Amino acid sequence: MLAGSASLAALMAGSAYAATDLTMWYHGAGNPDERKIVLGVIDDFNKSQSDWKIDLEEFPQAAYNDSVTAAALAHKLPDILDMDGPNMPNWAWSGYLQPLPISEDKLKNFLPGAIGKWQGKLYSVGLWDAALAMFGRKSVLDAAGIRIPTLDKPWTTQEFDDALVKLQKGGKFEYALDLGMNARGEWFPYAFSPFLQSFGGDLVDRKTYLTADGALNGDDAIKWGNWWQSVFQRKLAPGTSETAADQTNGFLDGKFALQWSGCWNAVAAYKKFGDDMLFLPAPDFGHGPKIGAASWQFGISAASKHPDGAAAFIQFAIQDKYLARFSEVEGLIPATSTAAAMTTNYKPGGPLAVFFDLSNKQGMLRPVTPAYAFISPTFDKAAADIANGANVEDTLDTAADAITADIKKNNGYGFK
Amino acid sequence: MAGGSRSQALTRQNAAGWLMALPMVGLLFLFLVVPFFLGFVLSFTNQRLVSPNPTTFVGTANFEQLLGMGVLVLSPEKEDSGAAKVGTDGQPSYPSLRSFTRSQDKYPQYYGMKELFAFGWGESRVEVLARDLVFVKAILNTCAFVIVVAPVQAGLALLLALLINQKLRGINIFRAIYFMPVVISIVVVALLWRFIYDGKDGLLNSLLCFISFGAFKPIDWLGLPQTALWSILAMSVWQGVGFHMVIWLAGLQTIPVSLYEAATIDGANSWQKFRFVTWPGLRNTAVLILIVITMQAFSLFPQVDVMTKGGPLDSTQSIVFQAVQRGYVQQDIATGSAISVILFVIVLAISLTQRWLTRERTA
Repeated sequence: MLAGSASLAALMAGSAYAATDLTMWYHGAGNPDERKIVLGVIDDFNKSQSDWKIDLEEFPQAAYNDSVTAAALAHKLPDILDMDGPNMPNWAWSGYLQPLPISEDKLKNFLPGAIGKWQGKLYSVGLWDAALAMFGRKSVLDAAGIRIPTLDKPWTTQEFDDALVKLQKGGKFEYALDLGMNARGEWFPYAFSPFLQSFGGDLVDRKTYLTADGALNGDDAIKWGNWWQSVFQRKLAPGTSETAADQTNGFLDGKFALQWSGCWNAVAAYKKFGDDMLFLPAPDFGHGPKIGAASWQFGISAASKHPDGAAAFIQFAIQDKYLARFSEVEGLIPATSTAAAMTTNYKPGGPLAVFFDLSNKQGMLRPVTPAYAFISPTFDKAAADIANGANVEDTLDTAADAITADIKKNNGYGFK
Repeated sequence: MAGGSRSQALTRQNAAGWLMALPMVGLLFLFLVVPFFLGFVLSFTNQRLVSPNPTTFVGTANFEQLLGMGVLVLSPEKEDSGAAKVGTDGQPSYPSLRSFTRSQDKYPQYYGMKELFAFGWGESRVEVLARDLVFVKAILNTCAFVIVVAPVQAGLALLLALLINQKLRGINIFRAIYFMPVVISIVVVALLWRFIYDGKDGLLNSLLCFISFGAFKPIDWLGLPQTALWSILAMSVWQGVGFHMVIWLAGLQTIPVSLYEAATIDGANSWQKFRFVTWPGLRNTAVLILIVITMQAFSLFPQVDVMTKGGPLDSTQSIVFQAVQRGYVQQDIATGSAISVILFVIVLAISLTQRWLTRERTA
């Protein structure tokens, strides 16, 4: 007994001189390249000072959000955690997070999609952003006599639709367009709600954030729904029963003429088609071309007793050299233009530089509200149902009612 | 006294028995009884999974929202002359349903309701509306699933049990083969069957094309509302049948051979032996199997989660899938709990009815 307490005291005395351990959770388990960079940053940080020591715990992306929720319920959150941008307001509102004590001067040069703010306070910052583009090939569009759109003059609804019909009728492809309909979940609101917004609708009324009525089931939203349904009825794109294998390889194998896809797939596509490869901007469906902004970002959990140490690490990680390293390996857009200049893909004139401009010009944040946790699965279901032939008005009414009811049940999620 | 010491020994052993049962009873209490009562209480509140807002009691609001139904009788629109207005297709035209269900001031009782189904009634049209269409569909799907699965799976399992209840060389191989799917996790089975059901070049489509010499056009089994639920059902029966086969087999082996011998002497044929010896001998087994299959079928979840996520068009929504969707994905624990309570009431009612129908009738 005595010996035990003595050794305990010795242990405590010893730890006073050693660095304080901080745990960090990351969503990228199963990706060895990503792991190597994250570990590299942590290693550099641990060696650069003697106050803090970061320990990494990794989770597969599919189980990450559930793990964080479960940990929050059990009061076992780590010090530092990463999160998908649109989830941040929900986590901040639910009390998982504390504001990030990093001065905004340090983030002046950052892409807007890499900064997470809720109720005027900074909660998260990303090392990269992601952007979507219409993947296509110059030779294919030229052969079909289709105008190649530019950032300043994107396709209109009519032009885009005509192009799809023309490519489908050409008979060279199984489908004119691939939308990735097999990937249910966050992909649907991330990839497709910008179409809805470009039509003039939205997931929720962003003026008040108290209702979805009129935004998600208004005339513009119904127009989007009708067009969306017609894409699948006319068999211009594969529906929700598409297999993952077809989806992943279809464009590279020449089964699809166009693919709505992200910058993380751009390196492979560019490697395959070289200078024939085009990354085209989103079509303008009437209210300006839009793509989703915000990707994974780092923040500090409310449970952390050492926010200063956690902040020191995050500040260390957002150096240009690490931003550039992530971008080189993962194909993601570096969060700053200075980091972009350090990469082969995103430097001005680089093959993927267009994504940097897309992110800057067309990027639109998903609704910044804690209700997003509810909005996301609701929109996912509505978009899938409409694609499968459900009545457009009824489906959008149902989704809008469900979102409005959820906001009401939560006393407005902090909005009044 | 001999009797006294014996009862003392019994109580002592009883105490030891309780002690040994304690870990299991404790776990059951913690993971079954406590959650059950928590779920019951939470279903009357507005509890969220995580929320800074305080929890309040809301009475039966969750149940009203889930189970709210309405009936609306639409009369055909009239011309100024008083004759019924007729649409281009020769059918009488009715006012749009949306004019009733989206007008909070004029028809608050119908606000937000959706059409479940409609039928003609003389000149008018009767609309049956549901407040939570997805959940009502989930109940209907689950009931359809149970009504088909219970007799089919029990019947197939009995057939297999009769087949393997023979003294043949290598019969254990067949027993193992039929039992194999039970040992494999349902999640793995569902993943594999997704390939089998693939709409373009899945095993099932290829097989049907091959045996019909190409006359069969591939069907997107899981992608069509008409076929998705039945595809899941066929897979579930295949996966679960082996387990009930073993229970039937155990029942079969309790029937004394002497009864069959006596029946043979009486000149009974195989059917008569089954009808008058086997079937009465399996009575208790049959009750058990029917109740077990019914309860298992009501908890239809992993197949749906892996294969269809409730789609296409809600054709494979199930009660438990909805409970998980609401409770965890949408973070609305109160509604998820309410769904669990509703499921509990349904299963309890059906099990009690089954018990009552199959009770021993003592004359």
